Amino acid sequence: MIPQSIQDLFKKFGSLPVVVGCLFITTLYVSVCNLAFSEGSALHVSTYTVTLFGKYLCYALLALAVDLVWGYCGILSLGHGAFFALGGYAMGMYLMRQIGDRGVYGNPELPDFMVFLNWESLPWYWAGSDSFIWMIFMVLAGPGLLAYIFGSMAFRSRVSGVYLSIMTQAMTYALMLAFFRNEMGFGGNNGLTDFKDILGFSLQSDTTRIVLFALTALFLALGFALCHFIVNSKMGRVVTAIRDSESRVRFIGYKPEHYKVWIFVVSAMLAGIAGAMYVPQVGIINPGEFSPLNSIEMVIWVAIGGRGSLYGAIIGALVVSYAKTRFTAIMPEAWLYALGGLFVLVTLLLPKGIAGFVPSVLDKFKQAKKDKSIAEKRAAEVKS
Amino acid sequence: MLRTFCLIFTMLISALSATASAAEDFDALINQLPHKNLRNITPLLEKIAAQDDERVRFVLTEIVNGDLYYLKSNKQVVSIRKTPDGDYQLTAIIGEQALENQSKSAMKKIRTSNRIRSDIRGLLAQLDLTHKKEAVRLAAVKQILDDPNSESIALIKKHLKTEKSEDVVQLMETAMAVNQFKTGSVQEKTSATKALKNSLEPSVRNAMVQELNRLSEYKNSELSEDDKALKAALTKAIDSIKQKRSIYEFIENLFFGLSLGSVLLLAAIGLAITFGVMGVINMAHGEMIMLGAYTTYVVQQLFPQWIDYSLFIAIPAAFIVSGSVGILIERGVIRFLKGRPLETLLATFGISLILQQLVRTIFSPLNRTVAAPEWMSGSWQINPIFSITYNRLYIVIFALAVFFALLAFMKRSSLGLHVRAVAQNREMARALSVRSDRVDAITFGLGSGIAGIAGVVLSQLTNVGPNLGQSYIIDSFLVVVFGGVGNLWGTLVAAMSLGSFNKFLEPLTGSVLANIIVLVGLVLFIQKRPKGLFPQKGRAAE
Amino acid sequence: MKLKKLIAASSIIATSMVAQMAYAAETIKVGVLHSLSGTMAISETTLKDTVLMMIEEQNKKGGLLGKKLEPVVVDPASNWPLFAEKTRELLSKEKVDVIFGCWTSVSRKSVLPVIEELNGLLFYPVQYEGEESSKNVFYTGAAPNQQAIPAVDYLMNDIGAERWVLLGTDYVYPRTTNKILEAYLKAKGVQDKDIMINYTPFGHSDWQSIVAEVKKFGSAGKKTAVVSTVNGDANVPFYKELGNQGISAEDIPVVAFSVGEEELSGFDTSPLVGHLAAWNYFQSVESEENEKFIAQWKKFIGDDKRVTNDPMEATYIGFKMWAKAVEKAGTTEVDAVEQAMIGITVPNLTGGTAVMNANHHLSKPVLIGEIQENGQLEVVWETPDTVIGDAWSDFLPSSKNLIADWTKPVNCGNFDITSAKCSGQNF
Repeated sequence: MIPQSIQDLFKKFGSLPVVVGCLFITTLYVSVCNLAFSEGSALHVSTYTVTLFGKYLCYALLALAVDLVWGYCGILSLGHGAFFALGGYAMGMYLMRQIGDRGVYGNPELPDFMVFLNWESLPWYWAGSDSFIWMIFMVLAGPGLLAYIFGSMAFRSRVSGVYLSIMTQAMTYALMLAFFRNEMGFGGNNGLTDFKDILGFSLQSDTTRIVLFALTALFLALGFALCHFIVNSKMGRVVTAIRDSESRVRFIGYKPEHYKVWIFVVSAMLAGIAGAMYVPQVGIINPGEFSPLNSIEMVIWVAIGGRGSLYGAIIGALVVSYAKTRFTAIMPEAWLYALGGLFVLVTLLLPKGIAGFVPSVLDKFKQAKKDKSIAEKRAAEVKS
Repeated sequence: MLRTFCLIFTMLISALSATASAAEDFDALINQLPHKNLRNITPLLEKIAAQDDERVRFVLTEIVNGDLYYLKSNKQVVSIRKTPDGDYQLTAIIGEQALENQSKSAMKKIRTSNRIRSDIRGLLAQLDLTHKKEAVRLAAVKQILDDPNSESIALIKKHLKTEKSEDVVQLMETAMAVNQFKTGSVQEKTSATKALKNSLEPSVRNAMVQELNRLSEYKNSELSEDDKALKAALTKAIDSIKQKRSIYEFIENLFFGLSLGSVLLLAAIGLAITFGVMGVINMAHGEMIMLGAYTTYVVQQLFPQWIDYSLFIAIPAAFIVSGSVGILIERGVIRFLKGRPLETLLATFGISLILQQLVRTIFSPLNRTVAAPEWMSGSWQINPIFSITYNRLYIVIFALAVFFALLAFMKRSSLGLHVRAVAQNREMARALSVRSDRVDAITFGLGSGIAGIAGVVLSQLTNVGPNLGQSYIIDSFLVVVFGGVGNLWGTLVAAMSLGSFNKFLEPLTGSVLANIIVLVGLVLFIQKRPKGLFPQKGRAAE
Repeated sequence: MKLKKLIAASSIIATSMVAQMAYAAETIKVGVLHSLSGTMAISETTLKDTVLMMIEEQNKKGGLLGKKLEPVVVDPASNWPLFAEKTRELLSKEKVDVIFGCWTSVSRKSVLPVIEELNGLLFYPVQYEGEESSKNVFYTGAAPNQQAIPAVDYLMNDIGAERWVLLGTDYVYPRTTNKILEAYLKAKGVQDKDIMINYTPFGHSDWQSIVAEVKKFGSAGKKTAVVSTVNGDANVPFYKELGNQGISAEDIPVVAFSVGEEELSGFDTSPLVGHLAAWNYFQSVESEENEKFIAQWKKFIGDDKRVTNDPMEATYIGFKMWAKAVEKAGTTEVDAVEQAMIGITVPNLTGGTAVMNANHHLSKPVLIGEIQENGQLEVVWETPDTVIGDAWSDFLPSSKNLIADWTKPVNCGNFDITSAKCSGQNF
């Protein structure tokens, strides 16, 4: 039915075209329906929905990053929120500087929160933050560097398993406390907010929103492709081998820590990009993003979606985030029961997550079909 | 003759009428109380205090304690005592007869403010110098020492001769010396300085510093010989006081550190069992602590008359409540996740969300009041600048007691042996007829139960609310990991050293930065020693 | 055929939507944006209930403009980005006419751009640090000059405090308040060495060292007072430690700006008795309106032990003002209501009247109360007159030249009086 060449393609690229295709269609649908149809029309997609979807896609990219290290390399990071937030802060700093003299105090140089803490000038680490290029660099370098330093120390001294998880948690917790401090110069508890525009485009206009949304989708698609190629490359196989048995890999002659650091850095950068796309769409970044609970939630997306399956991570992030949005609206008093119950049930009943559940059902179905056909054959044989 | 007689007679009469009118005056003054407000009550109180009437002390004490009321109906001034059944027992001040019990709505308080109360305390201190109890006299002298005036010093002088208690005499002498120091000549000041150089009373040091500052304003050449001698004596005395203070400050910090450490120990030790021994990442551990705290609340609600003993009921109750919830979780969820430690994290995280919301539904999201028993309040004043609060002291002792009890259980009891056996090698233990399932449930119940006990303790220190557990879960994990998973001694050392480290840093860096530095230090430490302070050795380690 | 079906389907959808809109037009939707879960639920749930009570009361009176009020409750779950998202949902999806909500400053800051973009209307009922005035927000809580400065005046003049400890949780409200107070104290001649400032993290629970330090600072012979902007959960361990270390309100009084009746109902009050709090409302104030309000609240919530507090009064005043303004404007349209709001008066629960000023802040009396054993606060001092809320503090160098005036001809939230320019902001 399906031409052989397409089947080959699918074999080669797996779920890649499906995911990219879905993303493309969603983006197209959302942007056309948001811009082309006016409000009140049945086909209109509201700006609320656009920003909501944009947020979900950021989460999906983040989940992808978590899945890359956890699902494929066995590193359970409870600190990916830190990378996400660092990317977000890099973007936030840039957006903050774009406000210029439109802040409430009208200071062309300093952001509002610095003016009212009586700061004279920008601290050194804000240098260059008004440049778009520098911002892009920082979105990647900030989380990347932290991941490199942390990873190379931890993996070299063979901190692993639960110890590593707790250490990543301590890392993000320490960063949260640090960013809460007003002396740090990142706006303390209030964080960075009240953004006006990006590259001269107003963040309040629908077109900018759509572009941001489309860009997020694009980054997600690119991130997915990247992860896909990494896990299917030779290197990816080593990484998977490390997950399954680190000591064997070491005995064969590989240096697992190099691979681990490398994959950790890539994952951190992906998380950073997710954070950077998240901030202009939700309009605020504050130290709450560093909170250890957030990082646990990310792991849960991946667990629910299906650890070790890239599209599973995306599905997990989307399902949980959507559930959260719905539950908080429908039953504000009881949604924690539902969410908590969901976590427990999924871990108990769906150890491989949604992505593992569907194929296993299909397999069973196929098996049943096979059994049936075999039985029919036998019956036929017996008859004959 | 007649004239003399008349004179004597009139004197007698007037003396009699004076006592009579004194009593009348007192009554009249008391009756004015309901008509005064905060602004104009002080002169009236002073007048009352100046009366020579044995009831003055009582009335002033009642005002300070907030037990003086008047009836709304007839403006009668009464002192009140709460009865066990929630009503109030009234005694009229004038006439001193007991009245019918009333509810609080029928009365109105004679209102005071901090300012007025502190004035009254000053007045009371002068009366208290002759009190029967030594402690009251001591407190009175202390009050005067903090804010001396010529009148009170004269009183001290008067009572010093008849005072019998050694401590009170000493403090009285200090007060006299301070007074001498403040008002005397230069020579007197110098001798007072020498007498006072071993005193740790803050007011002594303040007076000295003030004097030294005054002298420092002059150039050395402008000072007389006496002044110079005084200055030298002052500098020496202040230095010696400073030295002593810094020693006590060190001890104080050490105690703060240990007490923070014992809180961490209590919070973490249950986790050291569930996580350290069983390998379950129990994210609901904090909620077990929370359940313990709520149990304390419920116990206090059930037995409101036994607040002082409530903790003794609450400790076993919390152990049972949290322990059974723990067993329930183990039987219901965790046993299906054997060998998948990271997935226990997810499931227990879900459980923790559910438990939190459950508590919100049952007890409302508001914090609950847990009263502190009388014996847990206040502090043990070792010297004027160093005291240890009782609640912290008891908590340190209690934490150590729990720790050693647990240690004994693990090392000495057969059940403890089974727990360790299952932790080290499940199959082998099973082969030796250890019922590993049962042991698992008991271990988890034990860890959770101890978390519940920690909750009882925390209810004495902090809020009892749905978020109680969350604030301790990360710290608990860090303590266990720092100490070395599976090693109880490690948990003890880790908790105490983290606590002390934090408390010694705090004065230097502020509490936020101290926290951050400790965390970063911990992360770096684990890089150096990936298995904590006391790593497990042998085959059980992997 | 297919096309026909499509048209039919879409027309059905369209008509149903029109019907829905027609239905929507019959009620006035009131958005309630308070966290019902997470860390802030403890404070905010009460305000949600207050708004619901006010709506119920208004509906009993026949609603507004002949329409019933319909509450739309959402849960932003103490998550700041979620506040922005839910605001957008309320404004663009639910099309609410007004929002009552937010507690923390960061939640308000998060909501602000959305409210301004979609031209919504927000009533913010909590005391805050000032330094803000938006066209779309009405601030019914206290500005620093309606709480902090009168409290310091009281301590200075009536208690005779000379040495000051400013304790706060490390976030923007304490930072700003302490900055203002520091400048104010210095203007009053207090020296640097007589001021101690200390910040702690959120939910700080181990106060041993800090209280010991306060004790040491307070033993220097001068009357010392503590001004506490310590937030929420950190207060219980703080006061417990104060009590245990033997610091009584007579030695070192603590005046708090974030401790009210509701917080006290979760405390063991014995170590707090005599310490102070500054608010614009206390439950214990005797007035007819207040008694009515308390009775109504207890009946609504079905619990005789529940207390009322200052943010509830702020919500009450805000709601009444909005209702009055809607009636005055004859519409719920935001611009008209916003204009009608200015100058509206509503009786305070503590007597006197609250006035909405042109800077979107209220004029209110300031009360200082002492904490009683039963968790109530007894007034020991009050301002002789109402105090006008000051959006921009006169004691901060960055904002002393700024004023907010939303009437013509200024019509700006941050007007610089020296340059006669409306600096910054798009409006």
